[in-house]
Amino acid sequence: RQYSSAGSASIQKVTMIPGDGIGPEISQAVKDIFEAAGAPIIWEDVDVTPIKGPDGNFHLPQAIFDSMAETKMGLKGPLATPIGKGHKSLNLALRKAFSLYANVRPCKSIEGYKTPYDEVDLVTIRENTEGEYSGIEHTIVDGVVQSIKLITETASRRVAEYAFKFARDNNRSTVTAVHKANIMRMSDGLFLKCCREVASKNKDIKFTEHYLDTVCLNMVQDPTQFDVLVMPNLYGDILSDLCAGLIGGLGVTPSGNIGEDGAIFESVHGTAPDIAGQDKANPTALLLSAVMMLRHMQLGEYGDRIEKAALDTIREGEVLTGDLGGEATCSAFTKEICRRIQS
Amino acid sequence: QVLSCAKYGGRHCVTLMTGDGVGPEILTHVQEIFRYAGAPIDFETVEINSSTTDAAYLEAALLSVQRNGVALKGNIETKFDDAEFRSMNVALRSRLDLWSNIVWCRSFKGVNARYDDIDIVLIRENTEGEYSSLEHESVTGVVESLKIITAEKCERIARYAFDFAARNGRKKVTAIHKANIMKLADGLFLESCRKVSEDYADIKFSDMIIDNASMQMVSRPQQFDVLLMPNLYGNILSSIAAGLVGGAGLVPGMNVGAKYAVFESGTRNSGRSLKGKNIANPTGMLLASCDMLDYLGHHNVGALIRESVLDVIAQPQHQTPDMGGQATTTDVIQAIIDDIKPKTQTRLHSAE
Ligand SMILES: Nc1ncnc2c1ncn2[C@@H]1O[C@H](COP(=O)(O)OP(=O)(O)OP(=O)(O)O)[C@@H](O)[C@H]1O
Ligand SMILES: Nc1ncnc2c1ncn2[C@@H]1O[C@H](COP(=O)(O)OP(=O)(O)OP(=O)(O)O)[C@@H](O)[C@H]1O
Ligand SMILES: [Mg+2]
Ligand SMILES: [Mg+2]
Repeated sequence: RQYSSAGSASIQKVTMIPGDGIGPEISQAVKDIFEAAGAPIIWEDVDVTPIKGPDGNFHLPQAIFDSMAETKMGLKGPLATPIGKGHKSLNLALRKAFSLYANVRPCKSIEGYKTPYDEVDLVTIRENTEGEYSGIEHTIVDGVVQSIKLITETASRRVAEYAFKFARDNNRSTVTAVHKANIMRMSDGLFLKCCREVASKNKDIKFTEHYLDTVCLNMVQDPTQFDVLVMPNLYGDILSDLCAGLIGGLGVTPSGNIGEDGAIFESVHGTAPDIAGQDKANPTALLLSAVMMLRHMQLGEYGDRIEKAALDTIREGEVLTGDLGGEATCSAFTKEICRRIQS
Repeated sequence: QVLSCAKYGGRHCVTLMTGDGVGPEILTHVQEIFRYAGAPIDFETVEINSSTTDAAYLEAALLSVQRNGVALKGNIETKFDDAEFRSMNVALRSRLDLWSNIVWCRSFKGVNARYDDIDIVLIRENTEGEYSSLEHESVTGVVESLKIITAEKCERIARYAFDFAARNGRKKVTAIHKANIMKLADGLFLESCRKVSEDYADIKFSDMIIDNASMQMVSRPQQFDVLLMPNLYGNILSSIAAGLVGGAGLVPGMNVGAKYAVFESGTRNSGRSLKGKNIANPTGMLLASCDMLDYLGHHNVGALIRESVLDVIAQPQHQTPDMGGQATTTDVIQAIIDDIKPKTQTRLHSAE
């Protein structure tokens, strides 16, 4: 795909999965804001509610595959995982379907939104396909269980390569590999070896490596020392949530899933059924995910403008949703962002 | 249990494993303070660190701990670049069957930290889980690591945690797991904890998923009381908790099994980059040595040293660089000695 400079950029189609609960409201907010910014995006809405197949199991609807095959780019609101047998996590199904191998979570303090830590600006990149999530477990004898952590050279190298590419594309200086190779000598050792090899081919980006526990320790003492962190699945799960906690939780943190067959950007908060349909939701997390998406599509100029308008709105503090301590509705907050973009 | 500890003429003999980084220097200071405080301990020093790779060193250390029952230990670095070099820390813990690790993270008075109202006891299974050292390369470029969880060890650590809670008047035990993903392994851990909890009606039991727990830990740590964890999650949450109350230099830790006890710093760091600079914080190791004195029944002298350590480090002029101060290690040690000296006359002879 080719992109020329802003203004004359060709129009791209993006698959939109509005999601459940507050999903439709915050997706609409994103669409309104994109339109105000003149972002060269048209949306194709798809529903991913599972459909019962002939085998009795539930499957993702064909529409999501058809749409993603064309667009290779998705934006996704929160999904409620249906309770009951036969339903696997929808997020997991999407991850499998599109080989989403890297989960990227920027954690950046938002000025004007008071949180335990300030001036945090780091990105966690998590290997998303293997490791402790292999799902291979057995009971060897009664009361003794073995769970297999699977680490492969291919997946480790792939995520390491993405980490360095991300660092370069986003003007970041350092990639840190997080591991526990002192204990898991072979598996984390292999992950680390791949990171080192990739680092040696990307000398323009600084490379460091640290133990997971040392990173946890240093992270809560001074998170500003970190830049881009790359790690196996479970460590990424834990560290990305920890980092979100530093800047006030999942309500404002964006996320991206990079795959071999496209990428899906999403908000990581839940469906918030308690406020769904009441025009009270905060669309910031989904909006910042959409901004990540624009940058990923080389449309960063639009992303920058949208991000600035959103962050300015929060910093000024006059029009804020309830979770940010204000009284504005989702649509008023959205309007204010649009106003700033257009003024 | 304590009866199996080596005691000669009212004095206990304790193994001192020097370790890497700042271990040797800090342990020298501990001995100095013990001398001034009149602690009835004789140390048997065992040189063991990442360069003593000959198996004989490890065997000597094991033998010494088996003889004395109790040890104070600096952390041994693991050279993970060398596939032949296995973690000696893990070897010691498994060979001595030190199945529980306890790190008590309390906010320190006068110490600058993120929160000043933390009081969390982190109890961790110390011998299995991800630390099983069972790994293989199935085909080139594909490695499997085995995480082993057994009902026996889960129940044992759970019982330890509930007993600890009951003994110390704690109200709530929270089991940490990832049973939504590791359904069998972490599921067994959670199930075992739940089963044991039924025997302790006065203590509240709850559970939390590890990723949420680490987020809650940084945003609202006051909600936690006693945390009960498998090995790796224990490593993670102890590190977070230690970071929140002031860092690796401050927090003590202990490892206890059926027969032996080994005391060390809470986060098991070696502080390699601080070595020989006289800036390491001795607090964590000193507090660990006080816990050791308590364990051996020398409560008076343990309390005496602990009180002095906490009083001294609460004063900004006696804080090391990791605490935001400018004091050297020896400044802090001297201040503690100055504080202890007058007290030893009056207090020690009153009881014991
Ligand atoms: N975008 C948002 N804007 C405003 N409030 C939010 C938002 N997301 C979450 N919240 C609030 O945070 C709380 C927890 O949210 P969350 O969506 O995780 O609820 P949940 O019940 O766990 O949903 P789910 O089961 O889908 O995960 C909710 O009570 C909701 O009010
Ligand atoms: N006794 C101590 N006093 C003060 N800080 C300590 C002490 N022990 C460890 N630390 C700090 O805790 C962190 C982790 O320690 P660790 O031993 O893992 O690192 P290190 O050996 O210093 O190696 P590196 O410099 O490569 O991180 C470091 O920032 C270290 O300075
Ligand atoms: Mg998670
Ligand atoms: Mg939720």
